[in-house]
Amino acid sequence: MSDPFLQVKDLRVQFPTEDGVVSAVDGVDFAVAKNKVLAIVGESGSGKSVTSQAIMGLINRKTAKVTGEIRLDGEELLTARPEQVRSLRGKRMAMIFQDPLSSLHPFYSIGKQLVEAVNVHQDVSRSAAMQQARDMLDRVGIPNPDRRLKDYPHNLSGGMRQRVMIAMALLNNPELLIADEPTTALDVTVQAQIINLLRDLQREFGTAIILITHDLGVVADMADDVVVMYGGRVVERGSIDDIYYRPEMPYTWGLLGSVPRMDAGRNERLQPIPGQPPSLIRLPKGCVFRPRCAYHELVPGNRCDTERPDLLPVTPEHAVRCHLDPAQRREIAAERLGVATADPAMEDK
Amino acid sequence: MGAYIIRRLIAMAGMLVTLSVIVFLLFSVLPADPARLVCGKSCTPSIIKAINHKFGYDQPLAVQYKEFVQGIFVGRTYGEGKAAFDCHVPCLGYSFLRNEDVTTLIKDTLPITAQLALGGFVLWILVGVSIGIVAALKRGKWQDRTIMGAALVGYSFPSFFIALLLIFFVQIKFAVLGFHSYTSFFDSPAEWFKALVLPWIAVAMLYAAFYSRLTRNQMLETLGEDYIRTARAKGLRERTVIGKHGLRAGLTPIVTAAGLDLAGLLGGALIIEQVFALPGLGRLSVDSVTTSDLPVITGTVMVAAFFIILANLVVDLLYAVIDPRVRLA
Repeated sequence: MSDPFLQVKDLRVQFPTEDGVVSAVDGVDFAVAKNKVLAIVGESGSGKSVTSQAIMGLINRKTAKVTGEIRLDGEELLTARPEQVRSLRGKRMAMIFQDPLSSLHPFYSIGKQLVEAVNVHQDVSRSAAMQQARDMLDRVGIPNPDRRLKDYPHNLSGGMRQRVMIAMALLNNPELLIADEPTTALDVTVQAQIINLLRDLQREFGTAIILITHDLGVVADMADDVVVMYGGRVVERGSIDDIYYRPEMPYTWGLLGSVPRMDAGRNERLQPIPGQPPSLIRLPKGCVFRPRCAYHELVPGNRCDTERPDLLPVTPEHAVRCHLDPAQRREIAAERLGVATADPAMEDK
Repeated sequence: MGAYIIRRLIAMAGMLVTLSVIVFLLFSVLPADPARLVCGKSCTPSIIKAINHKFGYDQPLAVQYKEFVQGIFVGRTYGEGKAAFDCHVPCLGYSFLRNEDVTTLIKDTLPITAQLALGGFVLWILVGVSIGIVAALKRGKWQDRTIMGAALVGYSFPSFFIALLLIFFVQIKFAVLGFHSYTSFFDSPAEWFKALVLPWIAVAMLYAAFYSRLTRNQMLETLGEDYIRTARAKGLRERTVIGKHGLRAGLTPIVTAAGLDLAGLLGGALIIEQVFALPGLGRLSVDSVTTSDLPVITGTVMVAAFFIILANLVVDLLYAVIDPRVRLA
């Protein structure tokens, strides 16, 4: 990962509430290189959306405390003037959201909303902006773009709306695109289309993408690197192969175990992760995943209850936050998921 | 759209007919005897009979109703022979107490009420909506709490109390403004303004309090919407995000409320007109009720109902213009 286009270091987002401080994001580090796709995976409440909004500068700094470092192409964003961050939004970094219907303004036509996005950052005439909008709609596979420009969001189907959102995000040729669960609100058949579209566009434009999702199938399709988040922290980080073939964190095992697999036996059941994600107000003193972890007893001396594990590297690119002994982790992973043994890299074990 | 409007107009006519029947039936069971009221001191049964005959009260109810409706569309004639007189279209009835036809009474009073209502309307929308927006943008800060606190106070005071306070402080204690009776704008714009300014403020204060709360809540709801986040993500300036994307969606529901409230006021601002002695429709209604002047009551009720029903239609049409999701069918 030389030349990271986006570098996030020790990012913390805290919301003071009446019940106490909610640490939505607690010391997150990652980097995205140009041309690469980074997936951030985790359950709802794991802090992945807040992380992405912090990068975009969409967190209200009056109601939340954001600390750490966010560097976009070397430029520090957290200490930059809001006006400076605003001028980058939509231009160098753009974002698409989960629910395209509620994310588009119901009272303005598609054309108006797209033209507006062009004109914030480009000093071009209305008709030139309209032409750009039309071309971009065409590019994202919307049939009859001239007619669609005059339509309102409610006239379009869910998939078409998400294509409009993607078009809107790409209008100013951003170098970073953050896709916050872009397929969650869509039909399964449309999900694949949108992911394919994103992948094609990523290749065409060379955009760096942060893909936020809880759908590991989508991740396998697109991502180069994966960050697994839990309770506002990164619990495992690695290349796509690390995460799928050599996962070492019990939470990652849980995520992988709760996805249906084509090669699984007919009678094999999915293994959901028991329990609920933690409340981010009073986090357990030890490992945040401890209350839901089936393996904490294997760690001697109750360390899971008393000591926060650090995010430690297994290989230069693969890091895990877990007290379990690395050899033990690999053994359990092989047994649970039957993946590690299938991988040649693990044969010398 | 055209077909929709026609259908709505037909429905509107139906509602007015139904309403007029109800009003008619209601008044027929009231213990008031109109003839006795106008008969005077030396009243004899034969005089009462003559009066009843003159105004048609000796006819069966159905016939009376038919004549009432006929009066509206073709006019009608009261009495017979030399004493006969015409009531021209649209004849809403004849007040035997005031010796005046109801249409003329309404024509004289409605413009005053309309001026009161429209002036108050402009004032309360300007004040209520703008301070509501300020409160929303300063949510939780002292500006918000001050405005909402003041609004709650304004909202809790009955309108006559606000009116009396205004009279006491502005006209009596500090004597900033003397007492002015209503004068037509065309006779003296200054007098006209002096007579109406306090009633406008009194009307506006009550509604502004309500509208500031409404606007604040609508704006806060809108500013939490996903499309506002999208607008920010596009890199739009905060001014555009709130002033364009926020206001457009946040103020739409206020159009509905404002249309209906204005229509309600056009039917007569009963209390404000009474306190400020404005000879408007509201005052006419109150006077007619206290003197059991049934034809006038019928007329004013019909006029008020007409405005409310019309406002409903106008608001629905406006909504279709503002919100592209609304389809009229």
